[in-house]
Amino acid sequence: MAHQAEVSMKVNGAESKSVIEPRMLLVHYLREELNLTGTHIGCDTSQCGACTVLLDGDPVKSCTVLAVQANGKSITTVEGLASKEGLHPIQMSFWEKHGLQCGFCTPGVMIAAIGLLNENPDPSEEEIRLALEGVICRCTGYQFIVDAVKHAAQTLREAGETKVAMADSMKA
Amino acid sequence: MIPSTFSYVQAHSVEEAIRLLRESDGEGKLLAGGHSLVPLLKFRLTTPGTLIDIGEIPELRGVRKEGNRIVIGAMTTYRQVLSDPLVAQHLPLLAQAIGQIGDIQIRNRGTIGGNIAHADPAADLPGVALALDAMLEIQGEDGAELVEADGFFLGPLVTALPETSLLTSVSFLIPPEGARSTYLKYAHPASGYAVVGVCAIAALDPDGVVSTIRVAVNGAGDVAYRARSVEDKLLGHAPTAERIRQAASLAADDGEMGSDQFASEEYRRHLCCVYAQRALEAILL
Ligand SMILES: Cc1cc2nc3c(=O)[nH]c(=O)nc-3n(C[C@H](O)[C@H](O)[C@H](O)COP(=O)(O)OP(=O)(O)OC[C@H]3O[C@@H](n4cnc5c(N)ncnc54)[C@H](O)[C@@H]3O)c2cc1C
Ligand code: FES
Ligand code: FES
Repeated sequence: MAHQAEVSMKVNGAESKSVIEPRMLLVHYLREELNLTGTHIGCDTSQCGACTVLLDGDPVKSCTVLAVQANGKSITTVEGLASKEGLHPIQMSFWEKHGLQCGFCTPGVMIAAIGLLNENPDPSEEEIRLALEGVICRCTGYQFIVDAVKHAAQTLREAGETKVAMADSMKA
Repeated sequence: MIPSTFSYVQAHSVEEAIRLLRESDGEGKLLAGGHSLVPLLKFRLTTPGTLIDIGEIPELRGVRKEGNRIVIGAMTTYRQVLSDPLVAQHLPLLAQAIGQIGDIQIRNRGTIGGNIAHADPAADLPGVALALDAMLEIQGEDGAELVEADGFFLGPLVTALPETSLLTSVSFLIPPEGARSTYLKYAHPASGYAVVGVCAIAALDPDGVVSTIRVAVNGAGDVAYRARSVEDKLLGHAPTAERIRQAASLAADDGEMGSDQFASEEYRRHLCCVYAQRALEAILL
């Protein structure tokens, strides 16, 4: 039992290892230890979803997970989406369909959308809205976000992608 | 939003978790999905000395059928429960209630055992546990025992769970063949937790008379309760619209209503009756 703990996890395909205090939240680990500041903090009540990342492929709120709970696991953040070839289709779609205004919520929204598209490559509008129930956007009114996710789904289907991201496999 | 300092240790078995709890001298707290505990830690509303993580104990996960019950390991996440075929087939009420907990990210982390053990007055599963006659398996220093959910919830965040023990699984009674069920929730518009949630299960005999009826309410007050007055009014009778209305009007009688700036006692009483009526109409008419 110690006030320090060693954690190692795979973040966007790269191994990371640190000694941290067990009280450190995963979102702070990502932002402050690994300098991955694309994952945002928008509330202190676990409600806004700006901090959403994939934990072993599933969307979770990284402000409500201790970094030690992610020990040995694999994390994808918004930084893991683009590759050398360019933006990820979900990012292109948010751009083309104006799926953001201020952009604060966007990293979490895109990650939540990827969680959906990994399970359901052809979601209905209702399914998209349900999948985004855990992210709050105070700018867009959601319509263009839904359009962007729909467009991303179509792009990915046309490209024959079956699995949208784990960033590591995307980059391979 | 930074928790105060604590030590952290991972338990690899139920026995180890119990030993660590004992050794922590009352300073230890179990960490399951963390989706009630971490928010409390962030606000420093709780400041445990040690967190004992039970997240990586394989024996605490999974769903199985045992006789007329479905047994769910305490660390099974909502998501795992929702995607389980046994639950879909036998416990649609549980699936329906879990589908209304938080959002997808919450359901990816939160666990059945954490929900029951935490006993949040506004949580969605205490009522379901009462309606489905849940039995809780509790493992402590002296071995395992089975405890009825009815009587387990004592107050807000207070249960009958002894200090150095773990909830290891929850088993739910499969409703009789042909029974219908529903969970209707009036969610708090900001938090999404239940202001009032009504579970109802009913079956009719061949003569169209109510032969099974179970109604439970959570959210309305400090503890979930069986609405026995509603059940008594319906059991053995044909469920006419008028009888359902009369029965539903008793939905607040068996529990104590809470009151806060969002919902007064009177309003919660009203919601109980309205939601009970809607639930009963949905499954009986
Ligand atoms: C934004 C948000 C919205 C939510 N909305 C809802 C909602 O609408 N409805 C709802 O019902 N819940 C809601 N929740 C709470 C959520 O369901 C929690 O996951 C659940 O209440 C606790 O389960 P957990 O596994 O996360 O437990 P933890 O947070 O890890 O633990 C909670 C407590 O239970 C104890 N405990 C956990 N497991 C055991 C065990 N096996 N044996 C003994 N003690 C144990 C812990 O020591 C701790 O005191 C919400 C949470 C958040 C963050
Ligand atoms: S920062 Fe708002 S949910 Fe995590
Ligand atoms: S774009 Fe501003 S919060 Fe969503």
